[in-house]
Amino acid sequence: MRHLLSAGDLTRDEAVLVLDTAAELARISGRSVKKFPTLRGRTVVNLFYEDSTRTRTSFELAAKRMSADVINFSAKGSSVSKGESLKDTALTLQAMGADGVVIRHGSAGSAHRLAGWVDGAVLNAGDGTHEHPTQALLDVYTMRERMGRVDGLRVAIVGDILHSRVARSNVLLLHTLGAEVTLVAPPTLMPVSVPTWPCAVSYDLDEVLPKSDVVMMLRVQAERMKDAFFPTAREYSRRYGLDRDRFARLQDGAIVMHPGPMVRGMEISAEVADSARSTVNEQVTNGVSVRMAVLYLLLGGSGSAIGNQGD
Amino acid sequence: MHKTLEAESAYLIRGARIAGGDPGDILIRDGVIADIGTGLTADDAEPVDAEGLIALPGLVDLHTHLREPGREDAETVASGARAAAMGGYTAVHAMANTDPVADTAGVVEQVWRLGRESGHCDVQPVGAVTRGLDGRHLAELGAMADSVARVRVFSDDGMCVSDALLMRRALEYVKAFDGVVAQHAQEPRLTEGAQMNEGVVSDRLGLTGWPAVAEEAIIARDCLLTEHVGSRLHVCHVSTKGSVQILRWAKGRGCDVTAEVTPHHLLLTDELAETYDPIYKVNPPLRTAEDVHALREGLADGTIDCVATDHAPHPIEAKEAEWANAAMGMVGLETALSVVQHTMVDTGMLDWAGVADRMSIAPARIGRLTGHGRPIAVGEPANVTLYDAGAKRDIDPAAMASKSRNTPYQGMRVPGRVVATFLRGAPTVLKGKIQ
Repeated sequence: MRHLLSAGDLTRDEAVLVLDTAAELARISGRSVKKFPTLRGRTVVNLFYEDSTRTRTSFELAAKRMSADVINFSAKGSSVSKGESLKDTALTLQAMGADGVVIRHGSAGSAHRLAGWVDGAVLNAGDGTHEHPTQALLDVYTMRERMGRVDGLRVAIVGDILHSRVARSNVLLLHTLGAEVTLVAPPTLMPVSVPTWPCAVSYDLDEVLPKSDVVMMLRVQAERMKDAFFPTAREYSRRYGLDRDRFARLQDGAIVMHPGPMVRGMEISAEVADSARSTVNEQVTNGVSVRMAVLYLLLGGSGSAIGNQGD
Repeated sequence: MHKTLEAESAYLIRGARIAGGDPGDILIRDGVIADIGTGLTADDAEPVDAEGLIALPGLVDLHTHLREPGREDAETVASGARAAAMGGYTAVHAMANTDPVADTAGVVEQVWRLGRESGHCDVQPVGAVTRGLDGRHLAELGAMADSVARVRVFSDDGMCVSDALLMRRALEYVKAFDGVVAQHAQEPRLTEGAQMNEGVVSDRLGLTGWPAVAEEAIIARDCLLTEHVGSRLHVCHVSTKGSVQILRWAKGRGCDVTAEVTPHHLLLTDELAETYDPIYKVNPPLRTAEDVHALREGLADGTIDCVATDHAPHPIEAKEAEWANAAMGMVGLETALSVVQHTMVDTGMLDWAGVADRMSIAPARIGRLTGHGRPIAVGEPANVTLYDAGAKRDIDPAAMASKSRNTPYQGMRVPGRVVATFLRGAPTVLKGKIQ
């Protein structure tokens, strides 16, 4: 595999290799000198069409810790804002000799399109409402760290499933790794074909919570209310928010995750977000290790590609 | 080469199978079919060897986008007419969503005149239902009907006439001149931001869905409106199983409704979007295999009256983009007959007489085109397409007569090839070459 476009592209072995590599890199990162020469001389371009300080910074830090040259190419203040097409931007990066392109884009499939136009590795850092595979990898990494395993874990993913690239990638990767996923949302925020997905579906958070080892809360944008996905933010929060009372009904040892950015008071209360069971900050830390692993495996040269199979 | 509209010379087509029947000769003289029989001779006629070829009445397209005026970079009336001739068409209906919109007598007459000058195909303009396709104010339908272009088909294609009252008025108004409203059935609120068929594939790909119900609800409403006011409705590019069922029901009630299906909806499915290549992005979107099957059955049993191409040329850059930002539409004039053969004839669902009906006779009748869609018989206008159903060809976009290349069939091997097209006795295509 030359690119990381979808979490569904990873076999079980490939996914485990990424997680193990990330763990190894995290272990070495604990030293006082955090930098490796592994990707010296390689160029990684962060091509961000959407504002995302969190993800861009994470990829930038990951690439720099591997000694790669990093170029941040944001849509604002560049030729993109003058109407340049994605293809022309891709050909420009190609001509500059980018070894890897990390792309964040508002349109589903843009990472796939980019992969058809450049020779370097393409890493999907979120494409519209399609996927965000490194987020799923860092989430699974965090679960493994906290719970000691992924296989057989009962994971509830709660929130705006319909518009969530995080949910799509997590469902695919968690299924590959043997976890039991339950999606929880009001029916309006669930894709119509969700019964065909490899997971369970529920409209009742209170019924699912006591049976979950991991509860992953997704951001819900209050403006969805304007499109009648739910009547009011307050009603959403009442039915699907993880507040103090619901939090108290979690099993012992269960953890609460959130990909960020959080809307405190909407899908998650401040007490829950800041509790010891919350992994929000660990997820951010782990994100750097996982992205280092992916960059290493995709760009690190012969014998170290994530997969051995060809396209 | 500029063609005169009436041929000066005569042609003797030898050994053609008229609508797939027994081989016979067809003598064309002075723009009409002068004789039909076996062993015909005519010293003044140029012989055309048609042994093994199917002779069909010149094909008629009810739904073509020629882009002129406004987007001459994608297609012109002249280039579109050449593409039509290469596809076996002798008449096409040019859709109204040009720039400016074909919503006045002036614009429809301009398009009509450009078609006459091209000489490769009759170009019959479609008039817009509403001014500037705004969906709110009726265009001067009467003026377009009374113009030189004699417009009979009115459509806001690309946009749905979603306002029920306005649709009712349009249906009533066109009764005065035997017009028909061709509806692009798409409930706008249900399809805001829609990118592809809503279902398993759209949910996986994270592309906003275009649900079947958005088409079906409008068709059901319009059939009932049409029945209520006693008018005539045509439904553009039907794409779902549910639409076929509603049309079957409406026709059973006696509603005066006709419908078309595109070649691509008879063949392609939404799984092609997995590539994220917007060459497969089209409106209405590609649906599921179940829908494709229902559409074929509907076309075979006459629930769907005709095949229309929805030929929609776009420049390369409009498709070399991420899916959501790419244009919707596919070219289709030069591949339609092959796709219909592949999906309907080679599967045993339709015979060649059926193809003649669905691709020439029925669309001409719906569009009230005189001189087209007539049987191949003595005294009829010599609009004839000769087709080699035994040929195989690989689709090469670069070899197309259209100015645009956005075909979903690139590299695909399809059956059949148009060998010759005669428009009122003059060959517009001969030996597979544009004349």
